[in-house]
Amino acid sequence: MTTVTQAPNADRPAGTADLRGAIRREGRRLMDLWWQEMGAADAAGRPTAYVFVMGSLNEVLRCFDLTINFPEITALQTAVRGQSLTYLQAAEDDGYSPDICGYVKTDVGLHLRGRAHPHGTIPKPGLVVATNMCNTYIKWAEIWEQRYRCPVFVLDLPAWRGSGPGGAGGGIGEHDRRYVEAQLRDLIALCERVTGTRFDVDRLRETLAEANRMAAHYHDVLVLNQRRPAPFSALREGIVFQGIANLYRGSPEGTAFFDAARAEIEARTRRGEGALPHEQFRLLLSGTTCYASFKRFAELFEEWGAVFVHSTYLVFAGGGFGPGFGYDLARPIESLAEQLLASAWHGFSIPMFYAQDWLAETARAWAVDGICFHGVKSCRTTSTGLPDVREWLRTQHDIPGLFIQSDLVDPRLWSDAQLKNRVDAFLESLAARQLSARGGTP
Amino acid sequence: MIVAGVDVGSTQTKAVVMDDHQRILGQALLDTGARLTEVATTAFHRALEAGGCAEGDVAYVVGTGYGRFRVEFGHAQVTEISCHARGAVHLFPKTCSVLDVGGQDTKAIRVGEAGQVLDFCMNDKCSAGTGRFLGAASHALELPLGDLGPLALTARTPVTMTTTCTVFAESEILGWLARGRKTEDVLLGVHIAIAARTLSLLRRVGIEPEITFTGGVARNVAMVKLLEDLTGFPVNVSPASHYCGAIGAALHALDRARAGAAAAAGASRA
Repeated sequence: MTTVTQAPNADRPAGTADLRGAIRREGRRLMDLWWQEMGAADAAGRPTAYVFVMGSLNEVLRCFDLTINFPEITALQTAVRGQSLTYLQAAEDDGYSPDICGYVKTDVGLHLRGRAHPHGTIPKPGLVVATNMCNTYIKWAEIWEQRYRCPVFVLDLPAWRGSGPGGAGGGIGEHDRRYVEAQLRDLIALCERVTGTRFDVDRLRETLAEANRMAAHYHDVLVLNQRRPAPFSALREGIVFQGIANLYRGSPEGTAFFDAARAEIEARTRRGEGALPHEQFRLLLSGTTCYASFKRFAELFEEWGAVFVHSTYLVFAGGGFGPGFGYDLARPIESLAEQLLASAWHGFSIPMFYAQDWLAETARAWAVDGICFHGVKSCRTTSTGLPDVREWLRTQHDIPGLFIQSDLVDPRLWSDAQLKNRVDAFLESLAARQLSARGGTP
Repeated sequence: MIVAGVDVGSTQTKAVVMDDHQRILGQALLDTGARLTEVATTAFHRALEAGGCAEGDVAYVVGTGYGRFRVEFGHAQVTEISCHARGAVHLFPKTCSVLDVGGQDTKAIRVGEAGQVLDFCMNDKCSAGTGRFLGAASHALELPLGDLGPLALTARTPVTMTTTCTVFAESEILGWLARGRKTEDVLLGVHIAIAARTLSLLRRVGIEPEITFTGGVARNVAMVKLLEDLTGFPVNVSPASHYCGAIGAALHALDRARAGAAAAAGASRA
């Protein structure tokens, strides 16, 4: 990949007009670069690692110059381009049930159709790295293994120990850390065999250091949206942040991007610019958006002046930069194991029974008016418990919540009239609540 | 001052004309069909006619229901969730919980004293547990909709309906009949299935008396009894319950007309 060692606007003073559009420009450039890299790998027959957004192990794979494919991202890109249905139907024609994860079916459809993606050609897998952070990952990996006879490495993360990572005492358990560390050493050995490249621990330290720097900038970006008006949309710009955070994790390009993004957003806040011209409501999104109706999903809220200021996905699928993230460069593999365990705990647990605490705290810190819970029809893992969390936050914290359902990538599961009705009703109720708070009669 | 509310629902369209003392002057009810603007206009004119009013006297019209944006002569659109909440509190001022079971939607709404929506839940993206479920039963059993409730109340040993799909419900009903079960037992089973799903929605927003039942299914006596049994509270039903959405729309129209808010912000969002 091309190396960019500084932010595109790093030589310019922050706050200049040149900062405008840096997020969009750089995001697009880096995305194109990634696709060029995948196309080049396909043409040259270079090994490509297939990985997932939760537990990608990008830091390790970069040490071996592996091209990295994120099938969840390629799948959602087909949906944003309005072309996912073709691939979904190809998978269903091949016998996959309509109930299966839309990402999986889109990806299966892509492979059935010669790996031809609207953005380019996806290379064949030379290696698959999965974790058990999503129960579908392992079955998905099996599909590639069967089709391409490629090596599959499944990292087993013992996340759930009763009340937190490592058990009731909190912290990371020593046995768990050693268990994951041993698996990481196995993965390193496998990468050496697949690529013929010897592992260099100093290179791992470099990627971990970049991940630390990127995470710090990313965190700053998210916190800037506590300002009023919110300077960016957690949906529209959020999708770019998620993409770059995953694809360029551990790289100088990723660090430079988020440094530039932070500078642009800081400049917006200095100018008092909001994501919307007139911010009426601040919302938090629990779950994903619907990528098959990406613009429409945002518009349903934006036409009421409602902006998403944060989302759960920006944390748990945003490259795994959860609370307390940071690698200890003095003990790189051990530290990587610890962070994987911590992110697995958040990844496993937050969607189920601990979401409410993070949501309540985020709602307070980002001063949101309400939370939109978007259930995904083809993903029970991320959708389970959303109505219960909604109810708990309403009764315990007086935070209004809206529960709606559609899908990640399947346009057949988007019912515009029903969704608009629910969104409109929710925002009508928030408007009445605001009026009442100002002493008016709803 | 005269205002109007027009509720273009998925199954039926209701219109209400109201004066500034919140008295209903006229009302009309039509099947919605495919021509939404036409049916909205016809219902509005019939309500005007019933109330002895002229169109030119109407200061403000609010459209509601799924077809609210097709009420092209309306000044504003408000969702039926907000309108049913407002209408229910108008009909029964001590209302805290509203249950609206319509043709394709079931809504559980918790309301404030002024009829504002505090919370709401709706059925998932299918019509199980809605009026359409009863429509399927009516079709399968070849009985008028109005007969279903009274007949269901004569049952002694209701069947258990397992399907949640309105389309498959017809097959299940025929299956029970083929096994020799009485029509009333099958019917009560259908009602119990709907009531159970409805209760689940109501629990999501919190069951708090008084409970007011609105929408077309509020006319079904078996549904009312089952909901009373399941919640443990009496359920308010008004002869005007079917028009509750249109009444709420007219009340919203009255607010806006009084405020001179014909061009109020957020009034028209297509």
